[in-house]
Amino acid sequence: MRPLRSHIAGLALAGPALVIVALFFIVPLAMSATLAFRDNQTGEPTLANFAKSFELYSQDLWFTAVIVALSTLLIGVFAVIIGGYLTLGGSERARAVLRWLYRWPLFIPFIVTAQVMRTFLAKNGMLNHALTGIGLLDPLTAQSLLDWRGIVIAFVWKQTPFVALLVAGAMAGVDPQHVEAARNLGAGRLRVLIEIVLPQVTRTLLVGLVLSFVAMLSVLSVPMMINPNSPTLLTVDIAYRISSHGDYGVANALGLLSFALAAVGAWFYLRHAMRQKSA
Amino acid sequence: MSVALRRMPPWTAIVTRAVVLAVLAFVIFGPLLNLVLWAFTERWYFPHKLPQQFGVSYWFKVFSPRGGAITSLLTSIWIAVLTVVLALAVAVPAGYALARLRLPLRWLILLLFLLPQAVPNLPIYVNIARIFYTLTLNGTILGVVLVHASHGLVLAVWIASAAFAAIDVSLEEAARNMGASPWRTFTSVTLPLALPGLIASAIFVFLESLDEFTGTFFVGVPDVTTLPLLMFNASNGGNYQIASITALLLLVPSIAFMLLVERFLKADVLSMVGK
Repeated sequence: MRPLRSHIAGLALAGPALVIVALFFIVPLAMSATLAFRDNQTGEPTLANFAKSFELYSQDLWFTAVIVALSTLLIGVFAVIIGGYLTLGGSERARAVLRWLYRWPLFIPFIVTAQVMRTFLAKNGMLNHALTGIGLLDPLTAQSLLDWRGIVIAFVWKQTPFVALLVAGAMAGVDPQHVEAARNLGAGRLRVLIEIVLPQVTRTLLVGLVLSFVAMLSVLSVPMMINPNSPTLLTVDIAYRISSHGDYGVANALGLLSFALAAVGAWFYLRHAMRQKSA
Repeated sequence: MSVALRRMPPWTAIVTRAVVLAVLAFVIFGPLLNLVLWAFTERWYFPHKLPQQFGVSYWFKVFSPRGGAITSLLTSIWIAVLTVVLALAVAVPAGYALARLRLPLRWLILLLFLLPQAVPNLPIYVNIARIFYTLTLNGTILGVVLVHASHGLVLAVWIASAAFAAIDVSLEEAARNMGASPWRTFTSVTLPLALPGLIASAIFVFLESLDEFTGTFFVGVPDVTTLPLLMFNASNGGNYQIASITALLLLVPSIAFMLLVERFLKADVLSMVGK
């Protein structure tokens, strides 16, 4: 096919999908960026929305950053442990059980995760009963975990399988000879995981973590159902600004701040990708 | 036997492994078991470890006409079906173009199909709801379908493109050499080979739509109540039985379809995703 005709055919085929992305992603994104800097009533350019955002929600901004960063870190650690055991683990049977076990939350939507954790982590939840049952917890000191801890637990529970799946897949692609050589030189399993396998799957791990990071910044159901009271995540604040005040200015300012958080996450990934290229 | 295991007696290793796996099993299935218990609870007050009274009366309540579960379920399925149709109708050609044709500014097009996954989407939905308000699309099935499809098609484009890229070009060339038209080649060679991947992407889009909460929360209210919204309202109203039953209803298709997806999404396609 001649290049020009091929170009036209390609654009014609990709066009409708691009139009939908433009209309329902780019346009609202641009709106968010403009409305954040405009007065709700007059439409005049202003920074008042940001001033108000920081005044009312600076605590929640920090709370969001810390919660999501902590969750991402824990997800990364658990995903590497799971992927590492699936690749290097000694017992064939334990690996088979783990492979069957770890994936389940992957299939479960965020909103169901929120409901599930709301009962599991409550004062009267199964977690406390199990802990008191085996004597690790005094029933009198049992408390509800439905605060920031509940949000972190729900996020880690739901997102770890996704990252572990990606990481385990990448680890399966690591040349077994590298592992074998290190083992023959006397390296323990943990050392092989950290020094040989992990550096080869960092990229995949980071992709998974960045996608999880963004997903957690977008989730409304988990913070709303587990810990809706201040301090809470920005998503709850944005929803509140809209539903209770119709305040698109502050809502979009908070939205831009959550984009900024996502950009920080993406920056970590890009920095790594750049370093790899220059190395 | 490995070095690490030789150092400790085998039974210690076996016990350690069993304990770790048991804890993991509790962490994974404990919350789900708690949900199932609530679904069959009549009364359960602190500090009782188990419900004081089991029963199914809430199931009757949920499925009675006033419970709204049937209506919400049908609404959810109808929206998900329309979303799949719309998303795939645009994603399959786009995926083919990305995999097989030359595109001007290919990097930009790839970026456009990547960005929606890399940006928190709640602020996006807020503004879509504002646009839809002026178009009187808020609270309509069409509005919700458009939101779900715009989100789902990104994933569908990736998977479709991977599915097409995984097909050996020489098969298509052979068909062309034997005189088949481009269309005939596509329908009788390319499409059947890509079908498992396309079905997988349809399943993903269907599930995403079925489970979607945030977009529906902003665009669907007050008239469109999908199953996730019904669940959310029940849970916020403090009715854990109804919330748990609705949550279980949402889990059934998720788990069933995900088991199916493994069949359709082969490793060769998975390895092409994002390339």
